[in-house]
Amino acid sequence: MKLLTGNDLVSGAVTWWTGNGWSIHVEDAADVGEHGEAILHAEEGARRVNAPYIIDALPTENGPRPAHIKDRIRALGPTVRTDLTLKPADPTAGDWII
Amino acid sequence: MVEFRYRTDEVTEQPSVTLDAFLDQSNATAVRLEPDDDARALIPFLDRLTLIEVAFPKFRDGRGYSAARILREAGYQGELRAQGDVLVDQIAYMRRCGFDSFAPEASLNPDAVARALAYYDHAYQGAADSAVPIWKLRHG
Amino acid sequence: MYKYDNYDQAMVDARVAEFRDQINRRIAGEMTEDQFKPLRLMNGLYLQLHAYMLRVAIPYGTLDSRQMRMLAHIARKYDRDYGHFTTRQNIQYNWIKLEDCADILEELATVEMHAIQTSGNCIRNISSDQYAGAAADEVTDPRPWAELLRQWSTFHPEFSYLPRKFKIAVIASYEDRAAMRLHDIGLELVRKDGELGARVFVGGGMGRTPMIAPEINPFVKADDLLSYLEACLRVYNRYGRRDNMYKARIKILIHEIGADEYRRQVAEEFTHVKTLGIDPPLAELERISAFFAPPAYDAANVEPDRNDPDFALWLDQNVKPHKQAGYAIVNISLKPIGGIPGDATSAQIDVMADLAEKYSFDELRVTHAQNIVLPHVAKRDLYAVWQALRDAELADANLDLISDIIACPGLDYCSLANARSIPVAQKIATRFADMDRQRDLGELKLKISGCINACGHHHAGHIGILGVDKKGVENYQLTFGGSGAEDVSIGKIIGPGFDEDGVVDAVEKATEVYKALRKGDERFVDTYRRVGLEPFKEAIYG
Ligand code: HEM
Ligand code: SF4
Repeated sequence: MKLLTGNDLVSGAVTWWTGNGWSIHVEDAADVGEHGEAILHAEEGARRVNAPYIIDALPTENGPRPAHIKDRIRALGPTVRTDLTLKPADPTAGDWII
Repeated sequence: MVEFRYRTDEVTEQPSVTLDAFLDQSNATAVRLEPDDDARALIPFLDRLTLIEVAFPKFRDGRGYSAARILREAGYQGELRAQGDVLVDQIAYMRRCGFDSFAPEASLNPDAVARALAYYDHAYQGAADSAVPIWKLRHG
Repeated sequence: MYKYDNYDQAMVDARVAEFRDQINRRIAGEMTEDQFKPLRLMNGLYLQLHAYMLRVAIPYGTLDSRQMRMLAHIARKYDRDYGHFTTRQNIQYNWIKLEDCADILEELATVEMHAIQTSGNCIRNISSDQYAGAAADEVTDPRPWAELLRQWSTFHPEFSYLPRKFKIAVIASYEDRAAMRLHDIGLELVRKDGELGARVFVGGGMGRTPMIAPEINPFVKADDLLSYLEACLRVYNRYGRRDNMYKARIKILIHEIGADEYRRQVAEEFTHVKTLGIDPPLAELERISAFFAPPAYDAANVEPDRNDPDFALWLDQNVKPHKQAGYAIVNISLKPIGGIPGDATSAQIDVMADLAEKYSFDELRVTHAQNIVLPHVAKRDLYAVWQALRDAELADANLDLISDIIACPGLDYCSLANARSIPVAQKIATRFADMDRQRDLGELKLKISGCINACGHHHAGHIGILGVDKKGVENYQLTFGGSGAEDVSIGKIIGPGFDEDGVVDAVEKATEVYKALRKGDERFVDTYRRVGLEPFKEAIYG
């Protein structure tokens, strides 16, 4: 599957296209199929996202898993500061990245 | 199109020629420099030039800043125009390097340009404009 | 320390207003990201993996307690309560919001700080020796010269769209604590016939093609220096490559045309530039130098009581001789075993600020090895300083040992990374946690970069580690024999790469080979240079 991701223009937070908006949770990301480029241009033009790009991901039962480690780190947060990730209470959350 | 001009003399109507064409023969009075042209090649002819246009095909290519200073340092008094990918936030630096007219490819907001030119009252270093460097202000 | 006058203050204040306007135009959609990017970069604002990252300059690595407290305040108020001290004497905040950026800069400006030219293809923050003003071996304090250069390079109208970034370092001693010859321009201040001037090295750098800067001029007089540098930069701005970003640094220009030809072109340009009157009079250097006059030293020369063994260990490892009897230079390690190299919490930053105010004539330094220095501590106060550091978990006695690792942010933070750097640093430090073992290995500079850009100085590590991407999996290459000091050299890749645990094992094996082969008080790098790669290779790949 293909995901569309980028950063929020104002806060800089990592965001994922959900099909009708943006979420900071990769679990909410929708498969953009062939439409990634078109959505990307529209959303960037409207400044609802900054520096967007399209990535490959695998669907899993816990939601999409980005194919590249870099995007998995973006999705969760720094592996060396689990307290600052999106799942601070889960000390094993980092395992998802590797 | 010239959008901003900081001179009072008449605008040169003559179209500018390339550096090669100019050096070949021409008695043109307006010439256009590309980023990889050597501005110093014009030094023997500065007296008869009324317009030197310096091309900025991409704003990130800063060779034109050196070209401008070199021409002013050699005594060129005519119009020095920055043409191409010229953006609001480059204009103050360009003015300091000696440009006195601007023909941006994409039209600029005049208020933003005026603001950009007004932020700094002084400059640390000497350049091709009349600003007195701060060290000189300090030491009279 | 330098104090801003009205001109300096007006300059940073104006910069805040200008940048606020630029941010507003971006948020309002008057600029595309492509247009905004070079502008935000020129003010140290990157878009990184998790958020915007702001890099704040600490010019020539010197700051006072008020400035240090401001860094803590920014971390608390606008970031997530910590900052990362970098190899270029800057501090980076990793979680900044675009909308807060102008306010942050406004707060910084109140303590004479800024983020001007901490990124972008312009002249970057001038770096210097962290022991400046305190080292016994300096011919002069290099910081007034660095401040002169800071002012000259700030908003330089001709050199703000160079082919690539431009980094300048200034030192004033034979011992090089600033990796001077790995900079685009390295200046070593020297005295000739009683007169001070600069030895000028141009064209060093790391990145994908590491090079050691050749000497371009053995002596440039103080009142010619700015003209000379202007000539160096102008030749580069005109002829540096712009067709390929990876070949755009000045080192490539000099490599391609040769040091002799570059020297000739600079000399020719200098003859012309010198006629323009751009050099300030020596009175300006004197004005600046007055701010760096030695503090009012008054302590008697008493040796500290070494009864506490932990304190004695720290004294031996982290405290260095000062040029003034009765005083010492204290190095604060930001490399706790298992910690993140260069990171400090706002509380720790405050503690260091308090100590500087109380015990170090209000001065701190940031080092290219990502540590902090209290430059002028009376020996009688060393024990009190150590106790306070220990309470703040800042008393690791590992300066220049194998766990004093330089590591770039790597894939945990950096969008250009191929692999993570920090976890490797943590694993190595943990493997060698035993202090006796580390001290037995002696000086061993280990440096890690998460990609070929070499922000972690791996080329200059006695042991260097470079993260690469091997078909989507993190992989690490080892280099041996680099140095960023006066014995400057570039490390060589020893063979195929390793996974994360493999590289830790390989480092350990290398240290065992060293222990078996060392003679006398040879350091790791000396043994390596004497015996060559083979015995190490055999043990590691064997
Ligand atoms: C996280 C954001 C960062 C980015 C995007 C970044 C980007 C880069 C790039 C692209 C280069 C190579 C330049 C070239 O060869 O032309 C480079 C070099 C360098 N960076 Fe960074 N860097 C970052 C963080 C850091 C940090 C945290 C440090 C200090 C620990 C640092 C210090 C350096 C140094 C010392 C060099 C080598 C300079 C040279 O090539 O001569 N950078 N950086
Ligand atoms: S070396 Fe690479 S990974 Fe590390 S900070 Fe620099 S650009 Fe990022």
